[in-house]
Amino acid sequence: MSTRTKELIVLSIVTVFCIIVYWFKATGRMHGFQFSTGMSIVVSALIFLSLVVVLILTLKGRLIGRRLVFLYVAIGVSLPFFMSITQEIKISPEVQTLYDGLAELPTGSKVLVAFDYDPPSAPELQPMAESLLRYCFNNDLKVVVMGLWPQGPQQANMAIEAAMRDESIASKNLQYGVDWVNLGFQSGNEFVIQRMGSEFKSMFPTDYAGRPYDELELVQNVHNFSNIDYVFNLSAGFPGTIEWVQVAVDRYGVKLGAGNTAVQAPQCYPYLRSGQLIGILGGMNGAAEFELLTGFTGKGTKFMLSQSFAHMIVLSFILIGNVAFIIDRRKKKSPIR
Amino acid sequence: MRREIPLFITGVVGIVFVLQYFIPHFPFNKMNAWFSDWFSIVQACAIWLGVLNLLKISFQNIGRRKDDWGYAIVIVVSFLAISIVGFAEGEAFRDSGTSFTWLYDYIYTPLSSSMFAILAFFVASASYRAFRARNFEATLLLLAAFFVMLGRVPIGDVLTSFMPDQLQLSSLATWIMNFPQTAGQRAIMIGIALGIVSTSLRIILGVERSHLGGGD
Amino acid sequence: MVIRSNEQHLRWSVLVIHLVLFSLVLFSSVSGAESDSITAIPALAPPTNVSAIDKPNDGGGSISIRWGLSQDDYDGGLVSGYKVLRATDSNGIMSSFTEIGDATAGQAEYVDGNVSDDSSYYYQVVAFAQIESNGAAHDLIAKSAITGQVQSSAQWFDWQRINVFVGVLILCALIIFYIRQAQSGKELFIRKIAGLEAIDEAVGRATEMGKKIFYIPGTQDMDNVQTIAGVTILGRVAELSAQYETWLEVPVARSLVLVTAKEIVKEAYSKVGRPDAFNEDQVHYLTDDQFGYAAGIDGMVVREKPATIFFMGAFYAESLILAETGNSIGAIQIAGTGMPSQLPFFVAACDYTLIGEELFAASAYLSREPKLLGSLKGQDMGKALILIALIVGILLETFGIWTFSDLFGVID
Repeated sequence: MSTRTKELIVLSIVTVFCIIVYWFKATGRMHGFQFSTGMSIVVSALIFLSLVVVLILTLKGRLIGRRLVFLYVAIGVSLPFFMSITQEIKISPEVQTLYDGLAELPTGSKVLVAFDYDPPSAPELQPMAESLLRYCFNNDLKVVVMGLWPQGPQQANMAIEAAMRDESIASKNLQYGVDWVNLGFQSGNEFVIQRMGSEFKSMFPTDYAGRPYDELELVQNVHNFSNIDYVFNLSAGFPGTIEWVQVAVDRYGVKLGAGNTAVQAPQCYPYLRSGQLIGILGGMNGAAEFELLTGFTGKGTKFMLSQSFAHMIVLSFILIGNVAFIIDRRKKKSPIR
Repeated sequence: MRREIPLFITGVVGIVFVLQYFIPHFPFNKMNAWFSDWFSIVQACAIWLGVLNLLKISFQNIGRRKDDWGYAIVIVVSFLAISIVGFAEGEAFRDSGTSFTWLYDYIYTPLSSSMFAILAFFVASASYRAFRARNFEATLLLLAAFFVMLGRVPIGDVLTSFMPDQLQLSSLATWIMNFPQTAGQRAIMIGIALGIVSTSLRIILGVERSHLGGGD
Repeated sequence: MVIRSNEQHLRWSVLVIHLVLFSLVLFSSVSGAESDSITAIPALAPPTNVSAIDKPNDGGGSISIRWGLSQDDYDGGLVSGYKVLRATDSNGIMSSFTEIGDATAGQAEYVDGNVSDDSSYYYQVVAFAQIESNGAAHDLIAKSAITGQVQSSAQWFDWQRINVFVGVLILCALIIFYIRQAQSGKELFIRKIAGLEAIDEAVGRATEMGKKIFYIPGTQDMDNVQTIAGVTILGRVAELSAQYETWLEVPVARSLVLVTAKEIVKEAYSKVGRPDAFNEDQVHYLTDDQFGYAAGIDGMVVREKPATIFFMGAFYAESLILAETGNSIGAIQIAGTGMPSQLPFFVAACDYTLIGEELFAASAYLSREPKLLGSLKGQDMGKALILIALIVGILLETFGIWTFSDLFGVID
């Protein structure tokens, strides 16, 4: 069978699978479908038992193919959606300090939220954005939204819409221009932050929808960072948290908290230790911890079981690979009998 | 002259950029803004170079029926579709309910997210294939990875729930991230920062010219 | 009699006093009952010690206003916030005050960034509160004293950054000194960098196999020094591929990188006497989109199966997606980046990785030009100074002496 034929077969299977899943979802048949706790444990045990088979195969010198590894990851990520296993989420110190920084803000404080990411990173960062906005709106903090990435303000609108669907927030009748503002995107990367240090309006003469800056009550008197009480940066790369630290914190002394993708977060830890960052949310688990603190359970918490499973599967593969490697090395070292 | 003018501009702009950090007085306080505006304008205009290059190569591939020329058709069709829809909807193209937003939400977003999601699969395959305890340092790395990966998800604490709080995996992972990891990051960052200063100075002084083509 | 009459007077007096006291008590109890239903509205304490000064170390146009918090501004106190009022001075006559900004409770500073250096201003801070009393909302305000006249001005040096200035001067002086020393003919040692040594071998392998070489200069634009370092190495790779007559393909993510990379490859082909072998389409643009670019390259790698792939420049989350795909087709891969979080991925999936500063040293390493090698030596000396400062700092901090680390601060 040629590679092209194999590709076509796989593509057809995936397409049919997607159509079936979509049909189930559209007709509401998937709603509420859950394994019982006992069944969930059995399914988990079966997955990890099958990994023992992989170990035996590896020990015999047959490294399994990449595609089988991919399949395990896919199962590890998707099956937990249907499992009824609860896990206790523990708050990391860096998430706690970030929350404490927000919690000490008095009513009416202005929080600038920079949406510096695009859709690919949304699964990790959108839950953070939603719970942050829910917290701000519920605690009567004023929110100013902006983006150094072109798609950032769109992600912000999606997060604001999600937050506004909460009954407690909807009942507050929050108003655009008074309680929150979306200033939109501005190109220029870190130079935008620098120029905001002298005058916000020079970078955002109008808001996202083209309304003049001076007509927006919330920001009429906001000229620079000294008029902002807290800055929160949601970042997936460049420009992102590092640029906010280097310009907004180091030059203008703002109070900065950040939410980063898991792959990006380790790079921000040096700034956390030095106090340039108040706190940091790293990846999905950071989002889940923040949701727990703010009391708004969302996607972060929901996907934590998948995250746990995926980590366990990757670790299992690392262990299998290393057990095989160590046994193989010993065999090579042992004298010929 | 072809090389001297860019070198002169680089030198002058570089020095002005360094000075503006220390001199807040006009005109230095405005230089940064002016140069960043110019860069944005040049960048925005240059996008056409890229677009035209992409279309030229794609049309060539289609015309010459090169291998996999079908993908070139996908590029051209996608490019035209999103551009036409974007321009047709005018200034309000980003508002909710527009066709552009529909394309953004239901085509661009899932495609981009899928590409990022592939990372999870590749991390697993790379770990299985390459992450080996070959020597002492690699073993240390492996152990750190083991504790951090388990400690960063709730299951880590479930597995060590019988231990005191400070010895549970999440505490261990936090310690690794805050101390050994941060120390390593800082060392690399200091090295990189010095490398950037040195390279920038070479470019400003005109000692480094290879980025202008053909070495010195 | 006199005595009796005095006693009578005394009795009458005592009676009168008792009556007065009784009526007073009665009255006070009535008024006390009234105070239960009608609460007196408390007065608000004003902000104290208001001062306005020209914001130091700036380009003018800003005045910093500071004040002492109102006595009613504490956790759970009355104050909801402060309003900052401003009046201008016109020939010694003060205009009326207008509101220019606000601050939340607990905040004791406001920077007015909307002033002209030619005018003088007066400021006043007003604490405000809103209380509910007798079923109605009451707005309370308390005005501070008016500040003295103040004018903003621009400074010619930011003294807050003097430490950075000294650091930059020392580092630049070291680099320039060693460049001069190298120019005067002094031999300089540079350690072996495996990733750069392997470039020849990697290009040679592609030639032997008759396959392509892919060169990926990162996903950032020409304003990123890593991209510049990346395209610098491209020159060397292009020279080798021109010599060996091996097809080099450079897909880029930015238009400005397209122009620069095309020029570099063209020059490299001319330099080794093969201008005819250069093809405009060798360097081509894919997309600015991070994952669109990764998808495009992955597709090309899987379809065209290059023998060698170089990743040199700034990379983000796409690093492993690119490197693992290259690994899956068995290509020899050399990576170099200054992104610390992506280095582990490249190390896992590539044959050689230039870590951080090695990428920036590549140009000097490959050309062996004394001037460039001299700058590396200067950079190393800078690193030695930083190491000494770190050790001294750690020791002093351990013994509770903070003054040394304060020398390195840049914020107030």
